[in-house]
Amino acid sequence: MTDTKTLNVGQPLERTEDLRLLRGRGRYADDLPVSPRTLNAAILRSPHAHAEIETIDITEAMSMPGVAAVITGEDVAQHSDPFLVALRQPLHQWPLAVGRVRYVGEPVAVVIADDRYLAEDAVDALQVSYKPLPSVIDPEEAASDGAPLVHEEAGTNLVSVRDFTYGDPDAAFAEADHTFKLTTQFPRHSYMPMENFVVVAEYKIEDESYDVLSNFQGPYSTHPVMSRALRVPGSRLRLRTPRDSGGSFGIKLAVFPYIVLMSVASKITGRPVRWVEDRYEHLTAANSCPNRVTTLEAAVTKDGVITALRFDQLEDYGAFLRAPMPGPLYRMQGAITGAYAIDNVAITNKIVVSNKMPAGLVRGFGGPQLYFALERMTNHIAGELGMDHLDLIRKNLIPAGSFPYKAAAGSLLDSGDYQKAIEITTGEGRLEDLIKRRDAARAQGKLYGIGYAAIVEPGMSNMGYLSTLLTAEAREKSGPKNGAISMATVNVEPMGTVSITADCMPQGQGHETILAQIVSDQLGLAPEDITVNVEHDTQKDQWSIAAGTYSCRFTPGTAVAAQMAAAQVRDKLAKIAAKNLNTPAENIEFTDGKIHAAGNPDNAISFGRVAGTAHWAPAELPDGMEAGIRETASWTPPELEAPSPGDHINTSLTYGFVFDMCGVEVDPVTAMVRIDRYVTMHDAGKLLNPLIAEGQVLGSFAQGIGTALHEEFLYDDDGNFLTGTFADYLIPTVAEVPRPEILHMASPSPFTPLGAKGMAEGCCMSTPVCIANAVSDALGVNVAQLPMSPKRLHALIDEDEPPRPSGAGQ
Amino acid sequence: MLKLEKDTRHKVRFVLNGSPVSGWADARMLLSDFLRQELGETGTHVGCEHGVCGACTVRIEGRAVRSCLTLAVQAEGFDIQTVEGLAGDDGALNALQTAFRKHHALQCGYCTSGILMSLTDMFQRNPSPSRDEIEDVVGGHICRCTGYAGIMDAALEVAEAGAGK
Repeated sequence: MTDTKTLNVGQPLERTEDLRLLRGRGRYADDLPVSPRTLNAAILRSPHAHAEIETIDITEAMSMPGVAAVITGEDVAQHSDPFLVALRQPLHQWPLAVGRVRYVGEPVAVVIADDRYLAEDAVDALQVSYKPLPSVIDPEEAASDGAPLVHEEAGTNLVSVRDFTYGDPDAAFAEADHTFKLTTQFPRHSYMPMENFVVVAEYKIEDESYDVLSNFQGPYSTHPVMSRALRVPGSRLRLRTPRDSGGSFGIKLAVFPYIVLMSVASKITGRPVRWVEDRYEHLTAANSCPNRVTTLEAAVTKDGVITALRFDQLEDYGAFLRAPMPGPLYRMQGAITGAYAIDNVAITNKIVVSNKMPAGLVRGFGGPQLYFALERMTNHIAGELGMDHLDLIRKNLIPAGSFPYKAAAGSLLDSGDYQKAIEITTGEGRLEDLIKRRDAARAQGKLYGIGYAAIVEPGMSNMGYLSTLLTAEAREKSGPKNGAISMATVNVEPMGTVSITADCMPQGQGHETILAQIVSDQLGLAPEDITVNVEHDTQKDQWSIAAGTYSCRFTPGTAVAAQMAAAQVRDKLAKIAAKNLNTPAENIEFTDGKIHAAGNPDNAISFGRVAGTAHWAPAELPDGMEAGIRETASWTPPELEAPSPGDHINTSLTYGFVFDMCGVEVDPVTAMVRIDRYVTMHDAGKLLNPLIAEGQVLGSFAQGIGTALHEEFLYDDDGNFLTGTFADYLIPTVAEVPRPEILHMASPSPFTPLGAKGMAEGCCMSTPVCIANAVSDALGVNVAQLPMSPKRLHALIDEDEPPRPSGAGQ
Repeated sequence: MLKLEKDTRHKVRFVLNGSPVSGWADARMLLSDFLRQELGETGTHVGCEHGVCGACTVRIEGRAVRSCLTLAVQAEGFDIQTVEGLAGDDGALNALQTAFRKHHALQCGYCTSGILMSLTDMFQRNPSPSRDEIEDVVGGHICRCTGYAGIMDAALEVAEAGAGK
């Protein structure tokens, strides 16, 4: 029994989820039973980066055993509409190619058969005649005049260009002692989950509705996109998500086109249809972060104070702009100045399409792209001015004591003390040790460098930020968008047991444990006495457009809604108990399963008895009180306003701070990077569960290592996909991931009732650039492209090839 | 050598987690699919179907094997253990499972089944492996959530206790 006198929130409680997962009793999407009538789908995908589909001959496939149907783009166009696009551009996308393929891996046809083996046999028998077209892969080439057009109707590949000015950057640049310019390239990659996409869809002819089970992760702003495509009202697209999901990291949003595809397949076949993506499909076509080319200019005083930044961001979304793209380009807009007090900013945001797989959500979501450019730049400035990078960082940080701080582009940074965070990190001899290690290594002729990165980590997105993409006039016309609604329900059953449902789709984060911690504190119960059910059903459960688990919204969002719902239950129970205990409701406390008068634990009634009154004896309830106890709370923070006429936008609710420093050694022969020591400091406000928080840091750090050194989706010049297995696409294993030293401090957020901030993406943003800065220091170069593969680093090592190691043979 | 017809379903019998089981499989059916779809034992997960990620690892006659690279018919007559067979007879978590929970060695749990089976294989042969030996085994698996630190801590704790049996 947990001691309920100590608050459960803030304790490193072991997770309740583990009790089933460790026994192999998790229930992921493909573990759930389906109707015996269910058919299975396999997808034929395009081998061309760009081609016209001339004919699809399905005759042989249809004659094969167990085949029920073959579905092509024509069928899909007949039964569904193209997906809505955030941009007013004719970038029509259906879940199957209609007439033309635009990337290798694009779905071309679906075979529906008795089982997956038979469906794959028939996929091999499909005969498609393609007329290849010129393709374009490189973003800058795609954006240039005369490039092959990915969407002819759009007339250009550069489908959006928007300029933003905050403050007076031109004046700052004119007055600057120094200006610097650096172009960086952020690669395509994906923090792909170990569980692939799963969809089971059933068309219900009786009310022309669709019933879908999928490991979708939200945001549920995509639900209207799906129901519109399927030509049904939202209430007739029932979307259910299972209790367990095998990781997501943003990626499982991109299952939504397949939800529509399998729904159409079910309508055509009249049977439920199941599709389980395989790893080759996932690597080739599921999802990638957008690659970005950033040219960043900085205006700097002779003392190293940055007075203005000018961003030119060219972001490559691949063949289509799927909802909610171009999120990554705008998610960081308000906080584009990161941890620094820089008043003058110019931004040009350019969106380009190319013949690659469509981009989508990937953990970090615009942050890694931004900070790779920004923190490489601060490192570059320091080097050029002969300053220590750490000194330059310190000089430009937002001053302590100035929070909440309104950043130039509109973010309202809620709390922090960045100077103190850095002082703690470098203290206790940590920085001295790094310097000692570097000096010792260099004395031996080794290539050793130290890197730093200071970043601000956003939590819970303003659902209105994407409208910054539109001009103020266009926004005026379409109506304001803002806020971020979170919902949770606390239910008390007739015998006083408590259960919770919520609008999140956890993928391993441990939300069940944390929700029980929060609600148990409010109700004076033990967490293990509370049942949390995180299966979600759009026809039965609470949700709004922000629902889902993405962009660190659980802690600043759903967790708050749960706290509010529990407080509503508590208020109700206190009022009921007040009558029996003969004391005012304000004087009631909840402890150890008892409800009692403050300071008088003997004057108590059991929690279950008070709760039971609401069910068994509603006539005894105080006047005006509703019978039963089921409270749903809805929370949207007022700070998340729509973009201002001047395009200022508070893109997120909470802003944590991460400071990383590391020492790395580069092997001059193999060009492999060895991380010698890594320290990462996180200020995420109050931690709800430190054990889980540490897990989030460790996981995002490992992914950051992947981005820094290993992971990249590669295409050749013709658009052929080169990284279709785990032997080609390298995800770090235990040998590549050292254990970082993790430090915490807590500047509680004034904008969330629990004081907690989103904190799961920090090292995805900080670690790649911290390592890049260290490698730059080691090699005396400007690393401008990730990942820092041996091949890329070899090209940067400005030395003759070293002699072959002895014993290496001839 | 046993010859199997392509278009015939074959009866497959083996011992799963101590109990005899049987089902029907085409010659080409993977053991992973047989466990999940034919027997309904969904604790074994499929992550890559090309033998790299390790999520589908089970023990056949005590040795860790990728069930996505094994045909169901190959398992005929063998003794097979999956993650569902790790907990004690009373249903309690074993020492390795308990250490995984304590050290937050899992998040989504999808890769966990396979890692537990590989580590169980290792501990069966070597109850007190070194850090390097553990790293060799964990290095055969991809975990996307945890960064491996908790997995290493959990395995090391079991190794130090010599309780990896």
